[in-house]
Amino acid sequence: MIEFALVAVPLLAAAVAFLWRSDRSRPWLLPAAGAFHAAMAIAMLVDPPSRAATTWLALDPVARAVLPAISLLFLACSAYGVGYLRLRAERPNRVFVGTFLALLGLLSLALEAQNLGLLWVAVEAATLTTVPLLHFNGTARAFEATWKYLLIGGTGLALALLGSFCLGYASLQGGGGGSLAFSALVAHGPAMSRPWVLVAWVLLLAGYGTKMGLAPMHTWKPDAYGEAPGIVGAMLAGGVTTAAFVAVLRVRQVVEAAGAGDAANRSLLALGIFSMLVAALFLLGTRDYKRMLAYSSIEHMGILTIGAALGAAGVAAALFHLWSNGLTKGALFLSAANMHRTAKGRTSDEVSGLAILAPASARMFVVGLFAVTAFPPFGPFFSELLVLRAALAANQGLVVAGFLGALLLAFFGMTRLGFSLVDGRPRAISRRAPARFRESAATLAPPLALLASSLWLGLATPALLRDLWNVASRMLAVGP
Amino acid sequence: MSEPLNLLVGIALGLNLLALASSRLPSIIRAAAFQGVVLGFIPLLLEHGGGILVWLVAGGTIAIKGFVIPGLLRRALRAAQIDREVGPILGFIPSLLLGAGATIAAVALAGVMPLRHEHAALLLVPGSFATVVCGFLLLLGRSKAISQVCGYLILENGIYLFGMLLIGSTPLVVEAGILLDLTVAVFVIGIIADRIQREFDSLDTRKLTILHE
Repeated sequence: MIEFALVAVPLLAAAVAFLWRSDRSRPWLLPAAGAFHAAMAIAMLVDPPSRAATTWLALDPVARAVLPAISLLFLACSAYGVGYLRLRAERPNRVFVGTFLALLGLLSLALEAQNLGLLWVAVEAATLTTVPLLHFNGTARAFEATWKYLLIGGTGLALALLGSFCLGYASLQGGGGGSLAFSALVAHGPAMSRPWVLVAWVLLLAGYGTKMGLAPMHTWKPDAYGEAPGIVGAMLAGGVTTAAFVAVLRVRQVVEAAGAGDAANRSLLALGIFSMLVAALFLLGTRDYKRMLAYSSIEHMGILTIGAALGAAGVAAALFHLWSNGLTKGALFLSAANMHRTAKGRTSDEVSGLAILAPASARMFVVGLFAVTAFPPFGPFFSELLVLRAALAANQGLVVAGFLGALLLAFFGMTRLGFSLVDGRPRAISRRAPARFRESAATLAPPLALLASSLWLGLATPALLRDLWNVASRMLAVGP
Repeated sequence: MSEPLNLLVGIALGLNLLALASSRLPSIIRAAAFQGVVLGFIPLLLEHGGGILVWLVAGGTIAIKGFVIPGLLRRALRAAQIDREVGPILGFIPSLLLGAGATIAAVALAGVMPLRHEHAALLLVPGSFATVVCGFLLLLGRSKAISQVCGYLILENGIYLFGMLLIGSTPLVVEAGILLDLTVAVFVIGIIADRIQREFDSLDTRKLTILHE
């Protein structure tokens, strides 16, 4: 039952939001549904449902290992959303609240889906749902970003659909009956037609890789993250990309079962390291702090992809990194949103002296920057260490070298921009701003909670989660 | 059954090239719409009339791909009052040559790939790959938002052709979901195109250049 409730409750709340009359009280639906969803996610984490309800939806170890991270991130974003939408009272928020809630339900559906076709439907629907969220600001820049997001993401997903069909055809040839259920695909793996499996892998990796934002299919990402409201950026970076990554993991399992695991791992390693290097180079040059977060997200997608290629140990590290990156990135997006409200500018040319203008947000932003560039004792440090250890154990010296080099460059780029924003004297553009935005508990508590959870993941990773990551990774690496 | 089916796929392939060669938006829309109608008949041929779900998929495809979406695009075209040239980034002759080359390559590729014997005589696989590539060419090689949407439609048509190989084996629930999602996708793209037109006073995506590094 709970697997249905995790999908249905947010969707139901979305329907209520569309019917709700008052613009002032509607945003409270966000934290209400978010809290309920998080409570359910924690409940199923502690006490897993004993049997799968259907062959379509199930809380298998992978879904259980990932879903609570998205749920907690959503809870923090939704709490922030109440304060944010009060500040944006001039815009109607019916569509925003409704689609934001629907996004949570569709992401849960994507994580629980046990069928390649259903997974695709969920990811595509989640993509379409984010469209009104992206152009909430209604500016020309927002529409441009939305167009690129739709066209590039839509084309990528179309390729993923073609890949799903190719995989179905491969299984049809292997006597698998053409079913797209993951269990059937893995079971019939050895008999599948190898050429079709390889074609399917290329298409699916390109498709879901586009959704993750791996280079060179990343071009939509800086635009979308730069123009979207902060809570939307956080959910895109920690939620939609997570669903796409889980899709890549599940497809890789099928390809491994079909005996083409080596080719799949090589392509994952190449894409992962390329994404890290491209992102690191752009991080050195960018002057816009929201776009910087997008490049950082591309870098971390590269880390996940590398982890996915390194066997059970690497996949477990990647699942850990999903948590630590998602929560830390959430804190950065929310504090960056506060900074944007205060300073009215987005690049280091327009903004400085944020330590004076928005002291608490600026501090959180800097701490978050250190956390996301892998400083101990935050979560990302430990998860990246585990990915590195898996790479060393697999004798991937070149990958380790590229990984460390990219991390170093990213650190230079992000701290350079971060400190140029925070230090110095406030610019005229920020001082002239009529009604200065005031930091309040409503806009500070959510990013602080996310930072604290990143710290908690690093210092005291719960044994429950660690075991779950290991179980899920063993399942994904060799089959159930 | 393979003769009429191959004829339909052949018509769809011809429409690809027609769309690539068109210099005006209405004729691209017409080509994409006609292709949607042609494809709508394929499930009926494959399943020999089949159950009610097959009829629903066929009817839905014809109605949505053949009439609803093209109608929306035409309305956007009228409302926008834009000039109807497609604004090629890639010239017509190169696009045609690439499209024809892709069609030949798709036939060659399908010859290499292992096919089930009941599919060996059908043009579904090469037709699908060729249509996907032609859709891609339109998507990348034209600058007007509406012609890009048409490219996306043709790309989808290619995927639909491949899906026909699986129509007997995957549950139609998934296919219905996929059709629904694709429909909403094109709707949403159409709406955004409309907003771009209002914001930028143009549907030429070459003007979308504020965001860059």
